[in-house]
Amino acid sequence: MTENRQDEALEFEAFEFPPDPADDFEWVPATPEVAGNLAEPPEADWRTAGTSRRAFLRGVVCSGVAVSASAYMFTVQSGEARAAVRGVERLISLNVNGKTRRVDVPPSETLAQTIRYRLGLTGTKIGCNRAECGACTVLADDTPIYSCSTLTHQARGSKITTVEGVAAPDGTLHPVQQAFIDELGPQCGFCTPGQVMAAVGLLKKNPKPTVDEARRAMSGNLCRCGAYPHYLAGVMRAAGRA
Amino acid sequence: MTDYMHAFDLYAPASLEDAAKLLGEHGKDAWIVAGGKDSFDWFKDRHKQPKAVVDISGLKELRGISDAGDHISIGAATTLTEIEESKLLRDNFPVLVQAAAKVASPQIRNSGTIGGNVSQDTRCTYYRDGFPCYRAGGNTCYANTPTAMNREHALFDASRCVAVTPSDTAPALVALDARMAISRDGKVRTVPAEKFFIGPDVDITRMTVLEAGDILTEIRLPKAWAGAKFYFEKVADRETWDFALVNIAMAAKTDGGMVKDVRVACGGVQCTPRRLTEVEDLMKGEKAGPELEKLAQRVAARGAKALNYNHFKIPLMGNLAARAVRSLA
Repeated sequence: MTENRQDEALEFEAFEFPPDPADDFEWVPATPEVAGNLAEPPEADWRTAGTSRRAFLRGVVCSGVAVSASAYMFTVQSGEARAAVRGVERLISLNVNGKTRRVDVPPSETLAQTIRYRLGLTGTKIGCNRAECGACTVLADDTPIYSCSTLTHQARGSKITTVEGVAAPDGTLHPVQQAFIDELGPQCGFCTPGQVMAAVGLLKKNPKPTVDEARRAMSGNLCRCGAYPHYLAGVMRAAGRA
Repeated sequence: MTDYMHAFDLYAPASLEDAAKLLGEHGKDAWIVAGGKDSFDWFKDRHKQPKAVVDISGLKELRGISDAGDHISIGAATTLTEIEESKLLRDNFPVLVQAAAKVASPQIRNSGTIGGNVSQDTRCTYYRDGFPCYRAGGNTCYANTPTAMNREHALFDASRCVAVTPSDTAPALVALDARMAISRDGKVRTVPAEKFFIGPDVDITRMTVLEAGDILTEIRLPKAWAGAKFYFEKVADRETWDFALVNIAMAAKTDGGMVKDVRVACGGVQCTPRRLTEVEDLMKGEKAGPELEKLAQRVAARGAKALNYNHFKIPLMGNLAARAVRSLA
């Protein structure tokens, strides 16, 4: 047995590794292209499905500059009495953190994707993407919602607030943010933006919540580190009740 | 990277007529969303890929809670939070308020609607994961095999499919004898809540009577039950997000301790909310007390056919029925 093992070891030593392609790798600092933070997300996903002439035309029309899509569409469909109701336009205005932003959004895009990948506000996290974790919580008209499970087009008329928009313009942290720091809320911190937004939403609606009300309002946000008591204490501190 | 939804045309009609026109035009390719909390999961998983998505959450006529004389009217696109905070409902039908408050999580209640809550698809994990089961058009039930994980599945009236109704508000609406107003091509018909939900023996691919082209516009709560005694309880593995293992809603009219009339419904045990008619018959004309509790407990789950892992729902139903009776004492 021992002999065999020695043989193996010898064989192994004699083995020559093939050249590692990683040796030739030249490190370059991350640019938006490299990091995948392109303003435009991959478009193949939503465009491949359209096979009909109408869908193809729509895709072509919509993907270009903002030509008057409606007029063109109606010449295409002339003769047929289509419903007077058209699909939503891709170019929309979104009110995010008090600023109106013009964005080009396909109908199937979620608010979380728009906020992160088109507007670059990466404070909003996408955890489960299934409305089951709360990391993507933002405020729509001061109401906490899951941005991963809301279409951007559904949020057009609302004032969106993300975690980037809760601190004062001079950089002073929102009382909730400060309280979370003081109470050591974040551990890994991934759920924190969502927790902040849920807490801000609660305090906007109910400035003096009881512990139970706070617990209930924060129940839609998971924290894998299990720092729930810290967050709860933070909410109570921010509400001036700690 | 996250899951992208398939490409679809999104329509945001400004009126119910426009919405009806769109649904007429697109037929089976159309899909209605309001809150979208059920729909978007289907789309992200690519198990359902409708070409036209009609967003009715912006329709003003579908929102809000109002007193309409002999009934209270709830627009189908009213969010669950609005229901939870409605004083009108709290005063008249607190059971619905309690049920709405138990749905999912605060953020979901803020955008999820009552119409969506009652017409959502079942949560059978096999079906949701895209297994080609009966409900999905296949010819097997994956949840009713010797090794299947079926602790959340049905006790009653399983016909090929053993999925259950996931809704918390549905049993409350059945207990309140609500009427669902369904609009189709401008014509409105009303269906009692009990008939609104259909089992797999009627149509295995749907959970409700809604067909392509139908829009659930309004839920009407007859005042006949306003101010009665109510009970709601939901048992789930988790306080937030989770769907009920079993939930129970009861509306009872009492006179000097004696039960005059009562409606009890359980969710999570059958494909539709189940009326506990035997418990109701027992209770009518009786005074709530330990004896009635015991009887209710015994008959609540009568006729149940358990699968491999959901036996626990039988005593759970009994206990919930007993607790509902106890609330009257």
